[in-house]
Amino acid sequence: MELPKDLLYSRTHEWVRLSGNEATVGITSFAQEQLGDIVFVELPGAGKQVGKGEQLGNIESVKAVSELFAPVAGEVLAANDALQDHPELVNQDPFGEGWLVRLKVAPRAAEGLLDAAGYEKFVAEEGGH
Amino acid sequence: MSGPRRLREREKLIFERSSVGRIGYQLPALEVPAVDPAKTLPAATLRGEIEGLPEVSEVDVVRHFTRLSRWNYSVDEGLYPLGSCTMKYNPRLNEELARLPGLAGIHPLQPEDQVQGALALLWQLEHALVEITGLARVTLQPAAGAHGELAGMLMIRRALEDRGARPRTVLIPDSAHGTNPASAVFAGFDIVEVASTAQGTLDLEALGRHLAGGDVAALMITVPNTLGVFEPEIVRAAAMLHERGAFLYMDGANLNAFVGVALPGRMGVDALHINLHKTFSTPHGGGGPGAGPVAVSEALVPYLPVPIVERTGERYTLSTGRPKSIGKVRGFYGNFGMLVRALAYIRSLGRDGLRAMAEGAVLNANYLRKGLEQHYHLAYDGPSLHEVVFDDTLQAASGVKNIDIAKRLLDYGFHPPTMSFPLIVHGALMIEPTESEGVEELDAFIAAMREIAREAKETPDLVKGAPYSTPVRRLDEVRAARQPVLRWVPKRP
Amino acid sequence: MHRYLAGEADRRHMLAAVGVKSVDELFATVPADVRVGQLDLPRGRSEEEVRREFIAYAIRNSALDCFASFLGAGVYRHLAPSVVDSLLQRGEFFTAYTPYQPEVSQGTLQAIFEFQTFVCQLTEMEVANASLYDGATAVVEAVLMAHRVLPDRPRVVVAGALHPEYRAVLDTYGAPMRLEITTVPWGPDGRIAHQRLAQAIGPDVCAVVVQSPNFLGPIEDLGPIAEAARKAGALAVQVVAEATSLGLLVPGGRFGFDVVCGELQAFGLPAAFGGPHLGFYATRQAYLRQLPGRLVGETVDADGQRGFVLTLSTREQHIRRGKATSNICTNHGLMALAATIVLSLLGKRGVREIALASHTTAEYLKAALRGGSGRAALAFPDAPTYNEFLLRHDDPDALLTRLKDEGILAGVATTHLGGGWPKGILVAATETNTLEECDRLLAALGRLA
Repeated sequence: MELPKDLLYSRTHEWVRLSGNEATVGITSFAQEQLGDIVFVELPGAGKQVGKGEQLGNIESVKAVSELFAPVAGEVLAANDALQDHPELVNQDPFGEGWLVRLKVAPRAAEGLLDAAGYEKFVAEEGGH
Repeated sequence: MSGPRRLREREKLIFERSSVGRIGYQLPALEVPAVDPAKTLPAATLRGEIEGLPEVSEVDVVRHFTRLSRWNYSVDEGLYPLGSCTMKYNPRLNEELARLPGLAGIHPLQPEDQVQGALALLWQLEHALVEITGLARVTLQPAAGAHGELAGMLMIRRALEDRGARPRTVLIPDSAHGTNPASAVFAGFDIVEVASTAQGTLDLEALGRHLAGGDVAALMITVPNTLGVFEPEIVRAAAMLHERGAFLYMDGANLNAFVGVALPGRMGVDALHINLHKTFSTPHGGGGPGAGPVAVSEALVPYLPVPIVERTGERYTLSTGRPKSIGKVRGFYGNFGMLVRALAYIRSLGRDGLRAMAEGAVLNANYLRKGLEQHYHLAYDGPSLHEVVFDDTLQAASGVKNIDIAKRLLDYGFHPPTMSFPLIVHGALMIEPTESEGVEELDAFIAAMREIAREAKETPDLVKGAPYSTPVRRLDEVRAARQPVLRWVPKRP
Repeated sequence: MHRYLAGEADRRHMLAAVGVKSVDELFATVPADVRVGQLDLPRGRSEEEVRREFIAYAIRNSALDCFASFLGAGVYRHLAPSVVDSLLQRGEFFTAYTPYQPEVSQGTLQAIFEFQTFVCQLTEMEVANASLYDGATAVVEAVLMAHRVLPDRPRVVVAGALHPEYRAVLDTYGAPMRLEITTVPWGPDGRIAHQRLAQAIGPDVCAVVVQSPNFLGPIEDLGPIAEAARKAGALAVQVVAEATSLGLLVPGGRFGFDVVCGELQAFGLPAAFGGPHLGFYATRQAYLRQLPGRLVGETVDADGQRGFVLTLSTREQHIRRGKATSNICTNHGLMALAATIVLSLLGKRGVREIALASHTTAEYLKAALRGGSGRAALAFPDAPTYNEFLLRHDDPDALLTRLKDEGILAGVATTHLGGGWPKGILVAATETNTLEECDRLLAALGRLA
């Protein structure tokens, strides 16, 4: 499983890249594989406040809709507009070009998240659900 | 199975067949004096020519739609084992009777004395459905099963309000069809999902715990459930609900399994929608129209949609004076054309035929189960009634999924079973043959499924690339969703 | 044994294969306390016997074809091309299921794609769905969509001259959704009072719903209505009950309406005592993901060939369950096919010609009734109408009975449609009403009104 070591992960299959008081959020390679070909991504507008674990948006494949949860609390700074016309970026490059939102976060926001090894173990235990 | 591919390549959209000056109609000669609409209508209102409408002849239209029809598989052609859809034979007599001018050519707002025959027919159908369900009365208004669900839930909501109660929650098993939670939400409720037991049936303990919470308006349940298994605790569940002032709603999608054998009225059901296009043979029409009458217990009778048909002696009336009614859920009285067909079906089968219908449905499903259980994995092995649910576990070893099996079945000349439902079974194949089928059709299906199981093991790529012999190959649904093209657009010069 | 079921040998063979002595064993899981012995229904009957029963129902009805009929009020008698039933009765169309397996449903799917296109053309809107149950539920879906788009606005402004059946259904659905409905009545000319409309619309309004031509006949001035809604940030919804009017009248799409929806029965579908009919729904591309109902989209297959599929299904309840855009499961597929066939036959010239003929026939009647006839008089003599108008009369039921005795179904009395309607008869004319029928009606009115 491709898992960048510099990222943190949630149990709902989102990843977080921290840079100062900004966090970039996306979904993991495992998640996009489970969803299949992504056809539409519904993301919040700038300024929206989210609590940790609250619903941030939706990701749709042809046959399913998956809720996107905020792995950290914060305020939405930007959503990845490229996904409007190219939702497949989430499948092709989930940790890079397929990023979803950027949030402004408080200093200890990422506490409780898993590191790469922890997430890998979590997915193995879940049995590929 | 269908026409050769070359025909398809030639069949364009009707708009693309257009040729200047062709017409497909002739109106009666207009003998009233001509009028200039520029004088009778305000300028801003008067429309010019409508861009893009086709110009084709009657011959073009007949050829076009005849060719299109030949790309469709249908019940008339063969087995259509879609679980939960009850794709049975659609009798031709029903089509003839629905088209009688005295039934097709009447207006819903004609005075009652001009439509006594129509009202008599509605009254007869209602009372036949009362007899079949063992409940108190039936509204014939809803246009579909989901529409009936909404009407039923609205009645339950009104009944609770009438008692001064406003519980917010409706309990729905995780095996339920998606229309159940959708209808409950549109009726203004919140949904709580109830997990099934390891056998896939209702968990009474879980039900008890939710009821103890005190905010439950109703439980929505399908019987037999979406695995084709009869809910053994249905009577107890009903008692538990009623004790708490809650209602039992039954989704009647699987009624074909027990018509003439059991009565929902004896199970403690308060409201039950009936899919006439499933159990009572009205045709699916490529997606509709259907009809979803709702039968209710005495407790919900005051809340029935208006109007309902009442009879005094030989005279029928449309009764609107029902102060507690939820109102109307659609225009006029119901999909009358489908109601005509359903009553004709009930008359054609009669009391013994209806029971034989359910028996045949259950026997056929069990025959298929016997023929396939060595080749496909049974998710839940409780006794099946009218449908059986397998899954793709055994085939998954070689990477073959239920969708691949379905597409390969098309090459064998069958419509696939329902897939990926219920949600509690991963990779589901829900098979419902109905009572219309005889042994040779079922044997052919079993043979095809066994062959595909073998192919899945020995040549999985063949299965994964199916279908090969249908009018079109596997279609790119991802592209359709990512780049929606939902209409034809005229080419600009 | 029955002609719709398998036979004795089938049964025996299957019982043996399954390993049970009788079918009863397969019902072992059905508890005794819910069983029934035998249904109290008549025995199964032959075709001849069933036919006799249904002909008996049929002849106790006054079929429209046996009269000079001027009935409208949401259900109209227009042409009925023989081609329609002939094609509809092909088993490949009417005994097919919803096209969830597109590879073997291209007939149904392409026909719906054509239907969606026709609806867009008629309404001048960007996207249309695969049909809804009827005009009444189409209005409800429009209001529900507006509320989804603008969830903080709980109020809906509705024209008083909306079809009473449509309004009744809206009231039923609106209650649990806690929608507040403000009604703006028609003015002395039979059209919505624009001042009062503007006053009624506020920042808490999600939708403005106006039928045109309205229930009493007059054609509304759509431009200012769309403008008033737009100014308040609300969605403008045009409801159409007589769809052939779109052949002659500029549709809401051109005036900037957000939704044009209603009933397509007028395009050749049988009156059928109120159903099955054909709801239609068209809106802007921007609301695509909020659209209720099924959608067919174009795509390609593995060989690059054009094909059609149901698409954007994640809006629908079988996937999104409690968060679906609607609980609607079926569309009225076969009725949509019928309308598609009729619209194909009519085409560019016919859609206009049928509208012009209907309008012309109604204008002939109106012109003759302009001076009144007995106790009957045009309710709104100055309002432009399409093919329907209200004839005021103080005892419409008695008048209609007398006219019926002369073989004329002169219209729909407004006395049984719920409160608030001016007393009279709604008279509708179509291309099926001959000069002779019209003159007969006028003469009879002259004597009896």
